[in-house]
Amino acid sequence: MADKESSGGLEFHPMDQFIVKPLFGEVGDPVAWYTITNVTLWLAISVLAVIALMVLATSKRAIVPGNGQSIAEMAYGFVYKMVEDVTGKDGLKYFPYIMTLFMFIVMANFLGLLPMSFTTTSHIAVTAILGFGVFIAVTILGFVKNGAGFLSLFWVSSAPLPLRPILAIIELISYFVRPVSHSIRLAGNMMAGHAVLKVFAGFAQVTAIAPIAIFGVVAIYGLEVLVAFIQAYVFTILTCVYLKDALHPHH
Amino acid sequence: MASETHSAAEGAASAPGMPQLDVTTFGNQIFWLLVALVAIYFVLSRIALPRIAAILAERQGTITNDIAAAEDLKAKARAAEEAYEQALADARAEAQKIAADTRAKIQQDLDAALAKADAEIAAKAAESEAAIAEIRAGALDAVKAVAKDTAAEIVQVMGGKADDKAVATAVDAQVKG
Repeated sequence: MADKESSGGLEFHPMDQFIVKPLFGEVGDPVAWYTITNVTLWLAISVLAVIALMVLATSKRAIVPGNGQSIAEMAYGFVYKMVEDVTGKDGLKYFPYIMTLFMFIVMANFLGLLPMSFTTTSHIAVTAILGFGVFIAVTILGFVKNGAGFLSLFWVSSAPLPLRPILAIIELISYFVRPVSHSIRLAGNMMAGHAVLKVFAGFAQVTAIAPIAIFGVVAIYGLEVLVAFIQAYVFTILTCVYLKDALHPHH
Repeated sequence: MASETHSAAEGAASAPGMPQLDVTTFGNQIFWLLVALVAIYFVLSRIALPRIAAILAERQGTITNDIAAAEDLKAKARAAEEAYEQALADARAEAQKIAADTRAKIQQDLDAALAKADAEIAAKAAESEAAIAEIRAGALDAVKAVAKDTAAEIVQVMGGKADDKAVATAVDAQVKG
């Protein structure tokens, strides 16, 4: 934290860890779309981590896998089974896209847990692109696959006829809220956890409560490790659910 | 220190409250995110996923082959065991047959030997019987002769005149009686 001020008293800057700043230059420098920032750095590290796990660790193609290859195979099997179970066999051709999402989110979340790192998935701009990307792709796919039949997703044919228009409105609203909840869920979880970590770390400056604060950091960190995986899992499985709705819109 | 304070103030100014809501950085984040996602997608779909799928398929194949080979070997072991049992049973039957044959042959030999011995014994017995009869007959004649002689002598000593024919008749009668 370069901006820790020595003006006395307790100084909390729990949100400073989320500041996007150019990698080469001062904090206040303007950030253009092409500027190489700390976001760029940690996105690049995420990509490299994915490559290290999925490509380098599997390069031996061992029949009896080593540690790295086991994890890569486990990730593959985990997402593959999820796509197969939730969307069915015809969803499997979208498996690479869903695997891309899962690997990126899980890597970004875990890398964000490294001290001094930058959590790319804690930014609403990042998760909104992911969430709206899924939403737009799934909506287009639904219309391409089913034509106007995709609209039967909103027409609950199992409900009594008078209720159907009301349900259609509710379904429509919930459908359009999906990308918002999808993206805010991930960004919110990551941001809140990291901010809480920083707050506890800030309390550790006070000698009297430092042990409790440090215990709190450890506990929250453990929780965050769980959250990092669970949020990636939730994002991925919801993507699968939305994909299933697009492929089979009939209730 | 002054520059740090300055830059912190500027950072705070550019990101009031949550840095997440600083719209000026959105373009940057979105651009680099898309670059990262495309990179991950190409690496996964071109290299990693086909490779892992191949590894898993190969492992499945190896496992299937190994199980098949194990089944094969098991069947072979079972066949070998059956052959062994068969050979054992055959050998046992053969041994029993040989034992029975040997026993029968010995019995036959024994029977023949016994019959031969019986015949010999019978012949010897008959021979002895004949010899005894002969001896007995001889003895009877000798007794008769001695008796006749003795009778004739006694008759002479008594002063009679021994009629050989009468003596013989009398002695025969006496001996028979």
